[in-house]
Amino acid sequence: MKYDSRELASIFAGGALGAVARVALGRLPVAGAPSWPWITLLINLGGAFALGYFATRLQERLPLSTYRRPFLGTGLCGGLTTFSTMQVELLKIIDARHYGLAAAYAAVSVLGGFLAVHLASALVRRVRALA
Amino acid sequence: MTLAVWCLAALLGGCGAVARFLIDGAIAQRLRGDFPFGTLVVNLTGAVLLGVTVGIALRGSEAVLVGAAAIGAYTTFSTWMFETHRLAEDGELHHAYANVVISLAVGLLAAVLGRFIGAHLL
Repeated sequence: MKYDSRELASIFAGGALGAVARVALGRLPVAGAPSWPWITLLINLGGAFALGYFATRLQERLPLSTYRRPFLGTGLCGGLTTFSTMQVELLKIIDARHYGLAAAYAAVSVLGGFLAVHLASALVRRVRALA
Repeated sequence: MTLAVWCLAALLGGCGAVARFLIDGAIAQRLRGDFPFGTLVVNLTGAVLLGVTVGIALRGSEAVLVGAAAIGAYTTFSTWMFETHRLAEDGELHHAYANVVISLAVGLLAAVLGRFIGAHLL
């Protein structure tokens, strides 16, 4: 299979930036309930909103053939957000027998993430409709 | 964290994202259709791998580099939600529900499996 090396480089750069940002945010001291994984949740919801915005805008409003989508979408948003950390956090919450918290964390993540993509997409399309 | 660890985190994060792109692309090419199997496979394999790091009790900089940077960047929440949203928007509600339920349920099992492998088999 042949790959576009500039596309791969864009994804690498975005992923590097996203991962470093997530690691840095993860080191912030968080006040409040220690068992509720605030940082991962906010990173994931923010990243879902950003991806909804970038992907809709780049797919439906701007011409393709740029390296913005792989950099911003696949690289930055993909690298910033994380599924694996969320699953391991859920596992630890379940281990601690906080079943209600686990269900709430999963529900808020999924419903919030879906809503974030929805709002970002609607925002881009509304701007386009006005233009 | 030292500057060297931050640089390594960037390097591993970049590699994780590129690995996700390549594996997602390879799977999407073989399994055509509307269901986003590529992201699902990436996220489930990533959940196994992160479970392994928990099982072998990785700590400190190693946990940050392997767990947070590499595996964290390899898996993705945003694309999972984006693809679910677009499935729902296209009227493929069953696929959208399945994408959420399978990811969450099997993802949890994947993390348990990885942790077991890390704690008992490695």
